[in-house]
Amino acid sequence: MNDGAPLLEVRNLVKYFQVTGGLFGGRSGLVRAVDGVSFELRRGETLGLVGESGCGKTTTGRCILQLERPTSGEVIFEGRDLTKLSDDELRAVRRKVQVIFQDPYSSLNPRMTVGQIIAEPLAVHGIVTERKSRAQRVREILSHVGLLPQHAYRYPHQLSGGQRQRVGIARALAVEPVLIICDEPVSALDVSIQAQIINLLEDLQAQFGLTYLFVAHDLSVVRHISDRVAVMYLGKIVEITDRKSLYDAPLHPYTKALLSAVPIPDPVLEAQRERVVLGGEVPSALSPPPGCVFHPRCPIAIDRCRREVPELREIRSGHRAACVLA
Amino acid sequence: MGTLLEVKNLQTQFVTRSGVVRAVDDVSWDVGEGETVALVGESGCGKSVSALSIMRLVAGPAGRIAGGQILFKGRDLRQLSEEEMRHVRGREIAMVFQEPMTSLNPVLTIARQLTEGLEIHLKMSPAEARRRSIELLGMVGIPDPERRLGQYPHQFSGGMRQRMMIAMALACNPSLILADEPTTALDVTIQAQILELMKDLSRRFGVAMLIITHNLGVVARYADRVNVMYAGRIIERGTAREIYADPRHPYTLGLLRSVPRLDEPRRARLDPIEGQPPDLTRLATGCAFAPRCTFRVERCVTEAPPLRPLGAGGHVSACWESANLDRALARSVARDAT
Repeated sequence: MNDGAPLLEVRNLVKYFQVTGGLFGGRSGLVRAVDGVSFELRRGETLGLVGESGCGKTTTGRCILQLERPTSGEVIFEGRDLTKLSDDELRAVRRKVQVIFQDPYSSLNPRMTVGQIIAEPLAVHGIVTERKSRAQRVREILSHVGLLPQHAYRYPHQLSGGQRQRVGIARALAVEPVLIICDEPVSALDVSIQAQIINLLEDLQAQFGLTYLFVAHDLSVVRHISDRVAVMYLGKIVEITDRKSLYDAPLHPYTKALLSAVPIPDPVLEAQRERVVLGGEVPSALSPPPGCVFHPRCPIAIDRCRREVPELREIRSGHRAACVLA
Repeated sequence: MGTLLEVKNLQTQFVTRSGVVRAVDDVSWDVGEGETVALVGESGCGKSVSALSIMRLVAGPAGRIAGGQILFKGRDLRQLSEEEMRHVRGREIAMVFQEPMTSLNPVLTIARQLTEGLEIHLKMSPAEARRRSIELLGMVGIPDPERRLGQYPHQFSGGMRQRMMIAMALACNPSLILADEPTTALDVTIQAQILELMKDLSRRFGVAMLIITHNLGVVARYADRVNVMYAGRIIERGTAREIYADPRHPYTLGLLRSVPRLDEPRRARLDPIEGQPPDLTRLATGCAFAPRCTFRVERCVTEAPPLRPLGAGGHVSACWESANLDRALARSVARDAT
């Protein structure tokens, strides 16, 4: 791993969505989807971004890609702040930063063949301008993702879920990116296929020196693929560290509860296991609780947690957590 | 413990443009009184169709139950009139679905959806039904039930909707609940809450449960017995302990090995099951798993293995090589601690 400047630096990223009451007079206000998130991505590493639905992990990814323009904060990629770039300037950057979505079916054009889907970015970015060489390049990319040359003539509906996700990966790979944001890339797939895709992502990383931001809710998958892991809750990072520290010695009570909620496929172990079943549910991002956002569900909250917003501070070397009790 | 539900040689088929899909192909299993049984498998293996068949909710004309018996408390549900079947649904066998939003009626209040079954099946007066509804919502852990009764499903969170589905299922004191992926759409901390709740209620009221899931972790904690399905058939069955500690079918073994686990050292590489699940309209003779199987022998391609007992207990496996799957060897493969 390269220890020089980080490939990507996210500083104080904030994304608020304005919601209005709407036809049925629901609540209006600001949804604090991402509320002051900072982290770095080093070249060649995989950072896992985990959390439950609505925690802001996907919005964070979309803000990095500038698919959502952040409310404030900086997204510094290879030294340039993407939030300040014009749409034209961004197009060049998007060649280097690609995305793989959760549901390959809704993210692939059903009227295009697999070959056309992969060739399109090659043409748009002017990477391979000549048609014949494009077809050749498509065949190469297909073989990188474990598909056959004849798959180029198929339509997405003619493929299985796993094959479709391979096409999604091929399309991202086509423009030779350095960073890929993987947004729940395996959660729509069957268990037996998930492992195939995870192995493929790891092989491609080794082969092309890719950097991944791996957004997911499955903690076992994230442990497998990530070098470092950030845990999000209600728009904030509550804990971030290397994989081993996070899974062996988690500091934040939310991380501990998440880990203990993951079922383990072993009835004997499960019977002996102590469980922290969290009460309540994730509060609305429209009106996050004061103090620590986790305090209403926290099993160890004290009075101070209701008043004070805990900062994400370094508790051990390279291990940061946002909890006054950590 | 007596047998509550016994499914014998069930066959459910769908006619499609590309041929007849044998979604459930000559499958037999049973659930004892108060027992929790799991049907595990991946998409398209026939697990959900099995549950729909029991409720006689397979959508015709394309789909139909082509053969077999569904004996519930000794009566064959296939022989019942539609009128009698309506009495079974909801009253004796209830269902909990994966997506609570699509299985609740968005334009009816929570109260109406809960009291409907009580008034129809248990002939309760509106006042009685309302009282029972409040009790039910409290039982499944919905705070402030009286106020909640007047609300609509969209005002409930995902976890609360699933609690509501469970309350509806329990309403008429059924003896069996079919739960089709009851926690798949929920977040992991909410999943834990719902599963604990279901287990607790099933114990308290002695309700038997059939849990249909693709998640082997869920099953480990909550099921007494596990049926593993592949391509419309049961390929292995045993107690949860047998299935997890001593899997005797290559598919079960493959499923267990392909998932990363938090309780084990991180492996350098995952061991996926290579290939794709088969096209059910074009199943070859022989074992449906053979094309993906690393233990395949010649016989697997020519002759489909029946479920055969392993030892004296109820552990059965449909594999010609079931005696030769060396678990110790499998465990040592590609496992290095980091």
